[in-house]
This record gives sequence, structure tokens and C-alpha cells, in this order.
Amino acid sequence: MTQEILNAITQAAEGAGATRINSVRVTIGELTEIVPDALQFAWEALTPGTLAEGSVLEVVETGGRSICLDCTKEFSHDRFERRCTSCGSYATKVISGDELLIDDIDVDLAEDASDGEAEG
Amino acid sequence: MEIDLSRPILERNDTLAAANRVRLAATGTFALDVLASPGAGKTTTILATLAFLGDRFRVAVIEGDIASRVDAEKVKASGIMAVQINTGGACHLEADMVSRALDALPLEELDLVVLENVGNLVCPIEFDLGQSARIVIASVPEGDDKPLKYPSIFAIADAVLLNKVDAAPVFDFDETAFTQGVRNLNGAAPIFRVSAKTGEGIGEWAEWLAERVKAVRAASL
Ligand SMILES: Nc1nc2c(ncn2[C@@H]2O[C@H](COP(=O)(O)OP(=O)(O)OP(=O)(O)O)[C@@H](O)[C@H]2O)c(=O)[nH]1
Ligand SMILES: [Mg+2]
Ligand SMILES: [Zn+2]
Repeated sequence: MTQEILNAITQAAEGAGATRINSVRVTIGELTEIVPDALQFAWEALTPGTLAEGSVLEVVETGGRSICLDCTKEFSHDRFERRCTSCGSYATKVISGDELLIDDIDVDLAEDASDGEAEG
Repeated sequence: MEIDLSRPILERNDTLAAANRVRLAATGTFALDVLASPGAGKTTTILATLAFLGDRFRVAVIEGDIASRVDAEKVKASGIMAVQINTGGACHLEADMVSRALDALPLEELDLVVLENVGNLVCPIEFDLGQSARIVIASVPEGDDKPLKYPSIFAIADAVLLNKVDAAPVFDFDETAFTQGVRNLNGAAPIFRVSAKTGEGIGEWAEWLAERVKAVRAASL
């Protein structure tokens, strides 16, 4: 998973002529099996020697939300229970919380490399 | 400078999975992804199911394993076409591996391809393979709390099989708790009680599968 993120952003950064990736923002839904701490850990292990060395991985977490197919109400829920909280129906559909997205990256371009260094 | 990407993390896999799906639809081949813990009885259940279906469908099995060829050999020994994928350490199948395995099969002549995923209740979930349906096999010795511990996999299943019910007397397995646990996560998936060993319940589950395989075949004609 982390390798997929790294490959995608490296490609995008190289395509833009960037010399360094400062930060990366990803969205990880609460209903997925991806644990943000594990991503951070893998990030530190995989980024050295790449354009993203020393970069900050910002993980935006989204909570689980579903819509009830019986009473049409929307409700929030955790990973462990997806039953409608209004009518108790089991017929529900996830509307958010299952995202696995790369949102954006912040990079230094060749010409503002000194800039980037000043920013640290 | 900020670069907006706004793309799925697994876009590469998603694209390849979509291509697999198109390919399978064109040949009218149903692909069943079988998910379970190691030892839950994936291989045994696949063999029992295919034995029950007999010659109703033209079938192949793709065996995903971290390193060995044991399961593919077992399937071939029952006279069923099998391809082994070694994931080289990966704890799940990915769409590109399945794509290469499909290359090795005469898809035009197949109605059903069964994919035995790597034994794991977590890693395979986010990796679409292009399958037509996903089933989860839980087994009695694993305990009735699996839906509480691994909710996502039960949430995404199109059907859940509870295997090794022949062993129920030996284990304190609370079937009501298990069923409730699955229901809280997934209102739609049927739950089939089976024993791949004795054949109990295999017919009912196999007919559920057969109905869907026929529908996919009919759609391609
Ligand atoms: N009692 C009983 N044993 C079973 C049943 N199904 C499978 N087994 C046994 O459980 C063990 C594991 O079965 P497999 O079919 O190899 O399990 P698997 O999930 O394919 O295992 P891996 O591919 O190694 O992850 C074997 O010893 C089977 O004989 C069943 O319904 N009842
Ligand atoms: Mg097996
Ligand atoms: Zn409701």
C-alpha cells in the first residue's frame, strides 16, 4: 500500500520536474483495514533514498457513514456494526469511510530548491 | 508547489482488475474469489463444491500461495485444471497476478474460474481482482468471534460459508453469535453451513453459485 503511494507520487513529482517531495496528503477511511500508524511506520522505512525522503505523510481519516435502504436515513457507525441506527434494518449501504485516496502532494521545483531549503 | 492528484491509492490495481473483469465478461466466465484464514478449508471446500457440480460447468482453479505449489497439485490430482500463482511473499493476490494466470487458461472454454486467495482475513480486502463474487469461508475451530475481529472481510462478502460444522460438537461455537456478527456487518450475504469433509450443506451453497455462473454465461451468449 505504502509502496503504491510512493510510486504514484514519485511519478507525479518527476513529471512536474520536482526535486523534492515535502508532504503528501492521503485519505484513509475508517472502514478499511489500513491502519494509519502502520502507514507512517512504512513511510519512514521506504522513503529514504527517494524524492520523498524526510517528507511528512498526512493521513486524513474519514468516519464510517451509511444510508439505510429501508428508511433512507443516513447514520454514522464504526467498523464493527453497520445496522441502521433508526429502524434496525440490516439493508444498508456505505456512503463514506471506505476511501483510500492520494489527495495531493507539496513539492519543490528545480528553480525554487533554495526556497524549499529555507522552509526546512 | 502543490500538485493535486485526487486518485485512488490502488488505481493501478483497480485498472488491471477492471480489465480482467471485461475479459471475463467477454468469455462469459464467472470468477469466484475465495477468502479465508489459513487452514479454514478453502481448498477442501473448492474441491467439494466442484465435485458436487460435476460436469455442469467447465472449470479451472487459480491457486494463490505465498510460496508452495501444494494446493495446485491437489486440485490437479482431482482432474481439475489448475494454475499456481506464487505471490513472492505478498499476503494477498493482486490483479496483475490474476491477469497473468488468466493468460494461461483457455478462458473461451471456461464457465467458472475459482481463485483461492492467500489465507488471510485482512490483506486481500482492498485488492479488486476483477472477480464476479467474493466469498468468505470461516470455520468452526476458528471461533464464533471472527466477524467481530475481522469486520471488513465479512462486510464485503457476497456469501459467507461456515465450514467444518461436522466439528461443532468439539468446539464451543455459538452459531447464533456468529450469524448475528455477520448480519451486523452485512445484511445481504447468505450464510451457508457446510462441511467440506462430510459434504453437508455443500449442495445448497453450490446451487447458489451455479445460479450465478449460469447468469454470467447466459449474458455473454
Ligand atoms: N473436520 C473437518 N475438517 C476439514 C473440513 N474442511 C477442511 N478440513 C481440514 O482442514 C485442513 C485444512 O484444509 P484446507 O482445505 O487445506 O484449508 P485451506 O484454507 O485451503 O488452507 P491454506 O491453503 O493452507 O490456507 C485439512 O486438514 C482439511 O482436511 C471440514 O469440513 N471438516
Ligand atoms: Mg488451500
Ligand atoms: Zn433504517
